[in-house]
Amino acid sequence: MEFKENEPIYLQIAAHVCDQILLGKWAAEDKIPSVRDLAVSFQVNPNTVMRTYEQLQNQEVIYNKRGIGFFVAPDAVKKVKAQRKERFLQQDLPAFFRNIFLLEIDLDEIQQRYEAFKTENYESEIEQKP
Amino acid sequence: MIEINNLSFGYSRKSLLFRNLNLQLQEGHIYGLLGKNGAGKSTLLKNMVGLVAPTAGSCQVNGLDSYKRLPSMLADLYFIPEEIYMPSLTARQFVASTAPFYPLFDEEAFYRYLSEFEVPAHAVFSKLSFGQQKKAIIAFGLATNTSVLIMDEPTNGLDIPSKVQFRRIIASALTEHRCIIISTHQVRDLDSLIDTLVVVHDREIVLNESLDAISERLTFTTIPESEVENALYAEDGLRGKQAILPNLMGNYSKVDMELLFNAITSGNTSVTEILKRPHYEQSL
Repeated sequence: MEFKENEPIYLQIAAHVCDQILLGKWAAEDKIPSVRDLAVSFQVNPNTVMRTYEQLQNQEVIYNKRGIGFFVAPDAVKKVKAQRKERFLQQDLPAFFRNIFLLEIDLDEIQQRYEAFKTENYESEIEQKP
Repeated sequence: MIEINNLSFGYSRKSLLFRNLNLQLQEGHIYGLLGKNGAGKSTLLKNMVGLVAPTAGSCQVNGLDSYKRLPSMLADLYFIPEEIYMPSLTARQFVASTAPFYPLFDEEAFYRYLSEFEVPAHAVFSKLSFGQQKKAIIAFGLATNTSVLIMDEPTNGLDIPSKVQFRRIIASALTEHRCIIISTHQVRDLDSLIDTLVVVHDREIVLNESLDAISERLTFTTIPESEVENALYAEDGLRGKQAILPNLMGNYSKVDMELLFNAITSGNTSVTEILKRPHYEQSL
């Protein structure tokens, strides 16, 4: 993995772990790689991965079974989604609002384009949703 | 773990290389020791491992004066110098002759590291190429499981795949009971492994700070020529000036170790002053 220079490595590794959980590669109650194994595969200092795991533990995305290792929390997907939604609403949405305001784009047009985008990209998923 | 107090040292009494040096290194960290050629990096390492005796002051490893070279101190310390001399022995013979000095030596780990480094275990060390010899001794040093491991320019002579293997192996070898000290000019080789930077300059330790603390206080970025006066330090880069600024907004930028090193060794003191300032002043 190539690390970006504008975000701490421990947060980039946290995002990677959360991606694995959202993609379902690491399911609830699965044991995740040890600090050492992840440090080796990313070629980073184990203290960095320890910091990642401590943060994810505080966010209740993973939990620690003493002496056994780290596991995906039962409602990890919910937690990760909630955090990402929060970050989107706080960081990305204001920038988006600023742009549509400056460019005088109508919300109806945004709505239309959003519907078109959904059918174009996520048609199969939408049908599956109850 | 390693404690240097008011250490003075010179190869001759008339010209001291270090005067009243102080340095504490803790377990659970990988220290990157940087300094210009001739700044005294290797001499500092020799003081740590007891290859030379201080002119005044002390250098202790786990509470024992290193120059006394007590067996109990030597059994818990491994030093890989830049220039290595390997005997005409195979890995197995080397283990038989040298490993007994290290009570925590892990033979299985040694052969595992050798195979990760692609060094043939059956070969006679002295017949191997320089890079292969270096990897063999690094594998041995890591397998000794000593609490202090000191390496002088370990990535010199290593080819590109070996550097990746080196990073993986070091990542796997750091435990909370271990203190790893790596002296290097190739900071990019060890970028994401080093957690604390120690810089030797003008006979002094001018910096001993974790990368996390550095990135909290300094911003590393590229700026246009017109903004150079706001920078603590700037030098010509590919796109404009590469610069170090105070981190006022609390934004993260990756520590550019080379740029920081250039700033410090250019005699620029504003960078080190910001880093030395106590934390509560930063937030004002």
